[in-house]
Amino acid sequence: MATKVLERKPLSLAERSYLPQIVGGLKITMRNMLKPPVTLEYPDERPEIPVGYRGVPTLVRDPNGREKCVSCQLCEFVCPPKAIRITPGEIPEDAETAHVEKAPKEFEINMLRCIYCGLCQEVCPEEAIFLQDIYSVTGYTREEFAFKKEKLYELGGTLPDKHFKWDKKKAAEEHGNPHH
Amino acid sequence: MAVKEISIGDIGARAAAADEEFKGDEMVINMGPSHPATHGVLRLKVEVNGETVKACDPIIGYLHRGDEKIAENMTYNQFIPYTDRLDYIGPIHNNVTFAIAVERLAKLEVPPRCQAIRVICCELARLQSHLLGAGVYGMDTGALTVFMYTFTQREKLYTLMEQLTGARFTTSYTRIGGLARDIPEGWLGHVRKVVDEMEPVLDEIDALLSRNRIFYDRTVGVGVITKEDAIAYGLTGPCLRASGVPLDLRKDKPYCGYEQYDFDVPIGTNGDSYDRWLVRLEEMRQSIRIIKQAIDKMPDGPFYAEEAKKIFAPPKKKILTSMEELIQNFMIVTEGPQMPPGEVYFEAENPKGALGFYIVSRGGGVPYRLKIRSPSFCNLSIVPKIMPGHMIADIPVILGSLDFVMGECDR
Repeated sequence: MATKVLERKPLSLAERSYLPQIVGGLKITMRNMLKPPVTLEYPDERPEIPVGYRGVPTLVRDPNGREKCVSCQLCEFVCPPKAIRITPGEIPEDAETAHVEKAPKEFEINMLRCIYCGLCQEVCPEEAIFLQDIYSVTGYTREEFAFKKEKLYELGGTLPDKHFKWDKKKAAEEHGNPHH
Repeated sequence: MAVKEISIGDIGARAAAADEEFKGDEMVINMGPSHPATHGVLRLKVEVNGETVKACDPIIGYLHRGDEKIAENMTYNQFIPYTDRLDYIGPIHNNVTFAIAVERLAKLEVPPRCQAIRVICCELARLQSHLLGAGVYGMDTGALTVFMYTFTQREKLYTLMEQLTGARFTTSYTRIGGLARDIPEGWLGHVRKVVDEMEPVLDEIDALLSRNRIFYDRTVGVGVITKEDAIAYGLTGPCLRASGVPLDLRKDKPYCGYEQYDFDVPIGTNGDSYDRWLVRLEEMRQSIRIIKQAIDKMPDGPFYAEEAKKIFAPPKKKILTSMEELIQNFMIVTEGPQMPPGEVYFEAENPKGALGFYIVSRGGGVPYRLKIRSPSFCNLSIVPKIMPGHMIADIPVILGSLDFVMGECDR
């Protein structure tokens, strides 16, 4: 087993006089002083947010404008601090997206409880909830931090869809094959 | 004059005993719970005679959240965000330790790529933790500059974590049987650049403090922990190794493929505060060595255990297109990753010492009991033993050299 014993020598006379340390220390300080600054002038300069950042959870629509959430309540279940509250609702039968059957009537994320862990995004079987790159949430009252459905869709916007699974299902049903 | 002191934490036996304990000319003073030199919400009840400490009693529990009980009410994956909040100085290591503990329970092997990524994460966490430990230690002894330099480096590690996990601080990166996601493209290059830049900074910190007379005089011979005491009090991590015991779980009980990497275990000779500084500094250099080897040897392949159908959720693409995987996703989320009945104790070499998880399972996706053995709690237990005889100004130095974190101690 490789162990490394860290021996130490007592301070030499020169070191005890403290003078070489002052010179050496000031050298290091001067060298660092000449380096470019590492800080950001925050509100004017913004940090670069990497892809896949876990910011504020938002709800998204598909490119056709359909709300993707089908209120399966899996995110509500998995949320460790219980920040999400969903009231499921039916989609009226005469609507264009009636074959999806369900959509949330109410969807609330309490941002005072949210810990930005991203489990809701991970478990969502519809890719409807996304943690996007918003990192500063401010407000004056507690009520403002309970993000309602409208606010969540406004923050989320539209994201590209790779699968269009409900459109495929509808097309399959129209061709007489409900078990696509 | 006898001083009787009652506070909410002490009502009961402690308050009754206070009269007995603190008698005579000594004065009892409180340090903390929100004192900058106590490194978190730790309260020290110090009995002093003039400037000399006669007795020192740490009072803990100000950050108690009941993590162990919380764990009994949620699935294994849901508990991972809570492990971030144990040792929040190097959170990703707690994620890894917890994931390995549950995987041992399930007798699950993760693929080599997952292990290599976890090793890099662990060593980055060690760097994070020791950089903070070193910087704050410098600040406790009056050297503010070191703190600035170490925090500049720590900031870069936060950026790496942000790219890898999506969060700077609360990483929640591992899952039972794998990881939350694969490493992003070009990330290993960033890691290499950051650790390359860090090496000269470590030399700078070394040059600023190690042979500095003020630092030397303040730490040498202060807070000496003998080998026997260190073992008797259950110390682990750098505090134990500074006392000359070469115990490192990465070497002694290798996990996560640590046996493939070549690194040294630094040990001290005297067990005083100065040795603990030297050990931390050397451990950072060894961590950089491990990270470089891991980057060079990074294997290809999946980052999650593919055969674990009842443990690791299927890929998102399958969930969106196939009914079977959709149902499986719902099952794993609602029931939790399925574990066999049994119990397991696993401990890993966290930056602060041996973090252990003892899990009792009765089958299913929720632990029946989960006990956390936190290194900070054990390392802090030696404070009443080593404090007496020192001056008040030595208290921050000794606390800084022990480098504990209260989130983990109180859990």
